[in-house]
Amino acid sequence: MTDNRTLRWLLFGYLALVFVFIFAPILFSVIFSFNSDRFPTIPLGNFTLKWYQTVWNDPDVWEAARTSLTVSLSTATIATALGFATAYTDYRYSFRLKPIYLGLILLPPTIPLIIMALAMLAWFAKLGISGQVMSIIIAHSVLTAPFAMAIIRLRLSQMDPSLEAAAWNLGANEWSAMRRVIVPFCKPAIISSFCLTAAVSFDEFAISWFVSGLNKTIPVIILEIVTGNIDPQVNAIGSFVFLVSMTLVIIAQVVLMTRRKKEN
Amino acid sequence: MVAPLVEFRSVVKRFDDFVAVEDVNFTIDAGEFVAIMGPSGCGKTTTLRMLAGLEAPSEGEILMDGRVMNDVPAHERDTPLVWQSLALFPFLTARENVEFGLQMRGVGAAECRRRALEWLDRMEILEFADRDISSLSGGQKQRVALARSLVIEPRILLLDEPLSALDANLVIRMQSVLTRLQRELGITFVYVTHSQSEAFAMADRVVIMSRGHISQIGSPKDIYRAPANRFVAEFVGRNNIISGTVTKTTAKTVTIEGSLGSFTVQTGRHDAPRKGDLARFVVAADLAQVAVKQPKSGSVIPCTLISEEFIGSVVTLFLEAADGSELKVQLQERELSKMDLKSATTIYLNWADEHGHYIGVD
Repeated sequence: MTDNRTLRWLLFGYLALVFVFIFAPILFSVIFSFNSDRFPTIPLGNFTLKWYQTVWNDPDVWEAARTSLTVSLSTATIATALGFATAYTDYRYSFRLKPIYLGLILLPPTIPLIIMALAMLAWFAKLGISGQVMSIIIAHSVLTAPFAMAIIRLRLSQMDPSLEAAAWNLGANEWSAMRRVIVPFCKPAIISSFCLTAAVSFDEFAISWFVSGLNKTIPVIILEIVTGNIDPQVNAIGSFVFLVSMTLVIIAQVVLMTRRKKEN
Repeated sequence: MVAPLVEFRSVVKRFDDFVAVEDVNFTIDAGEFVAIMGPSGCGKTTTLRMLAGLEAPSEGEILMDGRVMNDVPAHERDTPLVWQSLALFPFLTARENVEFGLQMRGVGAAECRRRALEWLDRMEILEFADRDISSLSGGQKQRVALARSLVIEPRILLLDEPLSALDANLVIRMQSVLTRLQRELGITFVYVTHSQSEAFAMADRVVIMSRGHISQIGSPKDIYRAPANRFVAEFVGRNNIISGTVTKTTAKTVTIEGSLGSFTVQTGRHDAPRKGDLARFVVAADLAQVAVKQPKSGSVIPCTLISEEFIGSVVTLFLEAADGSELKVQLQERELSKMDLKSATTIYLNWADEHGHYIGVD
């Protein structure tokens, strides 16, 4: 009994340590974003909102935030639409080259980002569309569509295979069945896939840095700020980015989980 | 003569190399309750799905009201199906599920609601109208599924093993709900099942399928009392199938001699076999009798008792003949209690000759 309890506490401590390792750097970044000292040292200086003010008054940061928002929302829309279409194709049809089709779709996340970024840059330059906001959106959509596809495919696999045919049987044509049955059934997956792809795009640095040209996104501008000098501004921006990503990820999780609970 | 509501004309359905339905011909009249029965993989569900337009026949034609339906898409047919899995829309309430088919037919919102509630009321689940599907019990879901199909006022309702997920008591209740509905509405029910009790309890006519073919079509009594062939006799169960070589034929009878003895049966609707053919006949377990003393009339097989199965008022005795074959007799418990079988060494299975039913040669 005592042994069991000791073991439980040990395991609990281990779990706590894991969380500390993961979140301590982020936590410190948040703490230092409110610290008046220029250098991140302990003991801390006074509480201040100075760094947030600097960021707030920096037009470059505003510009980057606007670009990031445009990119992540557009990416999320395109990637989710693409992901839904590919997942539905996989669900609905069987064809000879399907393993290859699935393999190709799921390929992008396995390519090292730096390679992908370089390839994208070269390709966009050839097409004459590099250095535009659109180029970041295209590149991010390619990168994140597989995630969207995976989430929606999982949801479709939980669907009673008779459901769509039941809609046809009751008089729905293919489009009505899609709109009235498939999409509503996949709604939780669509929402969470939208949030996750938006979060991935919002955080993504390597590809953005290569293809963005003058249209810097938030991660790109962070690198520019920290290059050559230590500026607690980045802590402020970092905290903000963390907040946005976490919110999106948590929404995605909650939407998926409440739905599952309700159906069981 | 009125044209049948549904007609299958030499319908074949192939999936790649697999032939699911092979040369099926039959008709269904308006207002009939037809059960299509057979073991799994016999093609019964495929037949039903072709009727609903969810599968296209590879060959042949399916007609409804004299019109060839082969190229009519599923959503343009009024052939609602009650699914084995029910396939209710989980993101809609009971009422919204029932409204679905009406909405697809362009019925206005108020009218949809009125008719959906009317049907939910008729199925005695009005109080659950605004509940999520997941919060309903199996029987309640069943009723929603029925309401969803019937609300569009079809002339034919297709049912694909709809009761297979329910427990035994509920099955009996739903059977009476279904037969009552069918009578009240006067529409055609086509009911696919592997359960003999469901088919026999409800259907006017039963179609027995085996490996894509139709083995027999007839009333439940026909199929029970006069199985057309060995497959049906075995599938229906509780039959003693006795085989042997044909030793004598007359215009109406055939004499079959096998390891159990020599028996003479009527050929009935079958062609007369030739001498030397391997032929079979059936003695239904409930038409046979047992005796402790050797009976003087009818056909007799001496046996020993192996076991008995007691189901309330009916008892099934399992007997073994001298050649090792197993035979069955079904008796009323009160008849059995008059006999002292336990102490008897030999039990005589016996039946009146007219109860032997010839099922043809192999």
